[in-house]
Amino acid sequence: MPELWIDVLTVLDGTARLAAPLIFCAMAGLVSERSGIVDIGLEGKLLAGAFAAAAVATLTGSPWAGLAAALAASVMLALVHGFACITHRGEQIVSGVAVNILALGMTVVVANALFRHGGHTPALGAGERFSPIALPFAESLREVPLLGPLYAELVSGHNLLVYAAFLSVLLVWWLGWRTRFGLRLRAAGELPEAVDSAGVSVSALRYRGILIAGLLCGLAGAYLSIAHGAGFVREMSAGKGFLALAALIFGRWRPLPVLFACLLFGLLDTVAPRLQGMELPLIGPAPVALVSVLPYAMTVVLLAGFFGRAVPPGALGRPFVKEH
Amino acid sequence: MSGGNGSGEARRAAVRLRGVTKRFGAVLANDDVDLDIPAGTVHGIIGENGAGKSTLASIIYGLYAADRGSMEIDGRPASLRSPADAIRLGVGMVHQHFMLVPTFTVLENVMLGMEGGFRLRGGEADIRARLEDLSRTHGLEVDPDALIDDLPVGLRQRVEILKALFRGARILILDEPTGVLTPDETDRLFVVLRAIRDAGGTAVLITHKLREVMAVCDTVSVMRHGRLAGHRNTDETTTGELAELMVGRKVGQTVRPPESGARTPVLRAAGLTWRQAGSAPRLQDVSLELRAGEILAVAGVSGNGQSELLDLLSGLADVQEGYVEFAGRRIDAAHPATPAELRALGLAHVPEDRQRRGLVLPFEARENAVLGRPERAGPGPWTSGAAMQAHAEPLIERFDIRPPEPRRPAAGFSGGNQQKIVLAREFESVPAVLLLGQPTRGVDIGTIETIHAEVMALKERGSAILLVSTELDEILALADRIMVLNAGRVAGTVPAEGATARRLGLMMTGASEGMGA
Repeated sequence: MPELWIDVLTVLDGTARLAAPLIFCAMAGLVSERSGIVDIGLEGKLLAGAFAAAAVATLTGSPWAGLAAALAASVMLALVHGFACITHRGEQIVSGVAVNILALGMTVVVANALFRHGGHTPALGAGERFSPIALPFAESLREVPLLGPLYAELVSGHNLLVYAAFLSVLLVWWLGWRTRFGLRLRAAGELPEAVDSAGVSVSALRYRGILIAGLLCGLAGAYLSIAHGAGFVREMSAGKGFLALAALIFGRWRPLPVLFACLLFGLLDTVAPRLQGMELPLIGPAPVALVSVLPYAMTVVLLAGFFGRAVPPGALGRPFVKEH
Repeated sequence: MSGGNGSGEARRAAVRLRGVTKRFGAVLANDDVDLDIPAGTVHGIIGENGAGKSTLASIIYGLYAADRGSMEIDGRPASLRSPADAIRLGVGMVHQHFMLVPTFTVLENVMLGMEGGFRLRGGEADIRARLEDLSRTHGLEVDPDALIDDLPVGLRQRVEILKALFRGARILILDEPTGVLTPDETDRLFVVLRAIRDAGGTAVLITHKLREVMAVCDTVSVMRHGRLAGHRNTDETTTGELAELMVGRKVGQTVRPPESGARTPVLRAAGLTWRQAGSAPRLQDVSLELRAGEILAVAGVSGNGQSELLDLLSGLADVQEGYVEFAGRRIDAAHPATPAELRALGLAHVPEDRQRRGLVLPFEARENAVLGRPERAGPGPWTSGAAMQAHAEPLIERFDIRPPEPRRPAAGFSGGNQQKIVLAREFESVPAVLLLGQPTRGVDIGTIETIHAEVMALKERGSAILLVSTELDEILALADRIMVLNAGRVAGTVPAEGATARRLGLMMTGASEGMGA
């Protein structure tokens, strides 16, 4: 029993680690899309953030400087997206794709120019990244049955950004559903004309939404390269931005369901490698590839309307044109 | 405030415009407009579609900035840069398309932009109390926690009015507010407008319906081609005079031709019941008969099954229960017919939503004129510009489509002219059966006359016509028989002779049954 419990906790612990960047990105997407701006550029912002964090952490030796750089890089891309979509009412998907391509190319080019390391950054030392934090009494409480290991294994021992990821859900929910800003932001995503008619600027709201999305993706990027990992590897975002988008749809643009979707996807990601080579009853060798595909497959099934309808914000992707 | 009407001295102007001009590209929407809206009145602004009344309202509400001219509100010069400025000066607006977030509650919609603090909880109790107070004093009862999506149109409009009053509006502009209302709801709206006036406020009613102006307005301004064509007190004018001012010439009444004897049935439908999978029936046990040379009108508040009936008869939706007999074919659940098959058998359809179903807006007028009639587009599977041109030119002339440019994209025509393109295409072949959905919705008076004349001409040539309209005036002017739908059921079918708007209105709301006919 205790052994199984420890196994469960280890899996959940891995889930939290793998879900953290998804949660940041999905919350970024939530804020952006709730304001009416499609954010297919999550992936690009994540990648740019990851690179900027690792590069600056390497150059300065400070993870905090790395984090600041990640935020700046991601926000810059977000502003490019905003300038194209909000100021110039461009096609949001195209702009998002451009952001992704830009990040994909720029990170490798700049990495090569700075470090001559095949598009990677050098490995970071312990002081140059965010290390796991042992919460108080983790060791002394470990002997308490059930809850002790839960606290020591699952709750304690993560780096700062994992906690920040979970906190971001609470923050997005509070901002979005308990504040004036949130009410207006969501209205801008549903019916921008109503916001305009109430005398509030739709563009300003959407820029703020995009800005928050940029900050959250920057956090996710820093997590990948200077907290979870120890340096930047080319294309290290590996589709996590798109997976976050899937989680956003899966959770129907609501913070708590989106969090659960991220955790579910993180769980699948944790379990998949553990199944490698395992013989399952009836099925035979575990279909690892199938498990990796599951998040996307489930999202497609969801979109096809099998578990009720996923209704996006009413004005999502529609530029707001104020006639003059 | 000088409440009430009819005081002898000149009333103070709530809104005063001088020389207001607004241009959109090549279109002069407002041309040097001088307008005084007396305070403490219900004031009408009437005009045909495109006469510039909505633009004028948008300028007063700060949505558009005028190119030239000046404005005073309550005697003080006002230069509005946004609706926020207008709201501050006490101007409120109820838009034609409601500015309500469908996924928000009534309360959330009302507080949007006026939340009273960064945290919503801070101001909510206070706002709720004020909203309930406003509801009570103006007779605008509505549940503050209801989701807009769940409210009927009449109640949504109430929320819009509450929203404006909540923002301190003393001058309330309503843009075509009655288009979506039942006669009963319209009456209730008018009670509210009078209450606003009696409390010292000013209501500005923008409409193209003369009857409404005469019923509720104290004073009225008439717009024509972007200019102010006249200003009247309603107790000193007639609908005839106002119509003349609007159109710029005398407007004739459609003359009902004499009865033309026995008519042969062309299409028969029996026991039609239709539902969207898993929901209540939208259409229940509907039977009807269309006869050659006769117009059967379907009256009802929109959303009571008319659209579903048109979809079934035109083949856009499959028959589920019951059957349709047409041109020797029996169409039922086991034997469906596609729209193309039905068209080939001589059925034409003017859809209710002309922009989404009747036209491909980015396509040229001449391309739209051959949609569904491939034989007109050119030889065999090819399309030929010359063939389409030759087909379109006489139609443009006959239906007076303006501007007469076959190669202009459909999106570049006004609503009325877009409708004429659809009508020209469907009328051209003299169909055996014509399904006519909302033929004059959003169309100006002058064009309505043309359209009505064409419909009557088609009837004279022997087409059997099913007319679906939410305008009772139109139904009474055109129909031979009137079928009233209420909640998907036939509430009754009555001969047009002797039918009145009042009696039809009662049948539409399910208050009374008609006799068979």
